[in-house]
Amino acid sequence: MSDIADRVKKIVVEHLGVEEDKVAENASFIDDLGADSLDTVELVMAFEEEFGIEIPDDAAETIQTFGDAVKFISQAS
Amino acid sequence: MFDLTGKCALVTGASGGIGGAIAKALHAAGATVGLSGTRVEPLEALAAELGERAHVLPCNLSDAAAVDALPKQAIEAMGAVDILVNNAGITRDQIFMRMSDDEWQSVIDVNLTSAMRLCRGVMRPMMKSRWGRIINISSIVGATGNPGQVNYAAAKAGMVGMTKSIAYEVASRGITANAVAPGFIATAMTDKLTDDQKEKINAQIPAARMGTPEEIAAAVLYLASPEAGYVTGTTLHVNGGMAML
Repeated sequence: MSDIADRVKKIVVEHLGVEEDKVAENASFIDDLGADSLDTVELVMAFEEEFGIEIPDDAAETIQTFGDAVKFISQAS
Repeated sequence: MFDLTGKCALVTGASGGIGGAIAKALHAAGATVGLSGTRVEPLEALAAELGERAHVLPCNLSDAAAVDALPKQAIEAMGAVDILVNNAGITRDQIFMRMSDDEWQSVIDVNLTSAMRLCRGVMRPMMKSRWGRIINISSIVGATGNPGQVNYAAAKAGMVGMTKSIAYEVASRGITANAVAPGFIATAMTDKLTDDQKEKINAQIPAARMGTPEEIAAAVLYLASPEAGYVTGTTLHVNGGMAML
């Protein structure tokens, strides 16, 4: 697994308090990992901080799963 | 009751009568306080009076960039901002028909927009720590209106709507947002009134006297306390019964 995926997973695990093996490629933050709308905002802000990138609101809306996040961040950073 | 040991509070307008009393009350309850205001001298004097756990953080609230920088400066100085008290405010009173854009805008900027910026600035660290207290000092005139204060009343009413909306958004994260709406409070500003003027004001107040800054500070202390954790989105009116809302 790439370094980016590891770092994203660490943030998700810490923030949502879920087991690491639950954070699968297609795991939806809201449907599978129990996030609420505020959690998704916090996750996006945590990704921005960790990777030093800006995630615009319209892009943030497309980040629904762990895989989406890794893909977006890989392209952006 | 109301122990704030280990908590850090940022108070704007701490050079004024009410802000100074708020800072003293929070400090006396054990909090570290960040004293913000435009006039450095009274802030330094207050900090010297409080001794330890007091930091002076000058800021011009009509300067958007300076306002955005204030939460960071406060966190650098104190280590955190657990409690934010938006107390600073200005008046530019004018009969509505003659109110200029500038009189409107400057009051909205300092009283409402800067409060919004500070709330936004402290929100992320509060979300992270799963604890926070936002206390916005509104005014009785935000609820009742007041001739000559269209701008001020609009800003103070705006604070109430803002406070409630923030309260909704962050309640699940252990953060409360409340407003305190003072009535007539005896400060340097009201000292300038003549005895006749004061008498007329007191005649409108069921308690038959002006409030003290300490009575506002006590309301803020309660809302800042761990004991008020289930109180959010409310406006605590402290006005001697002048308006029973």
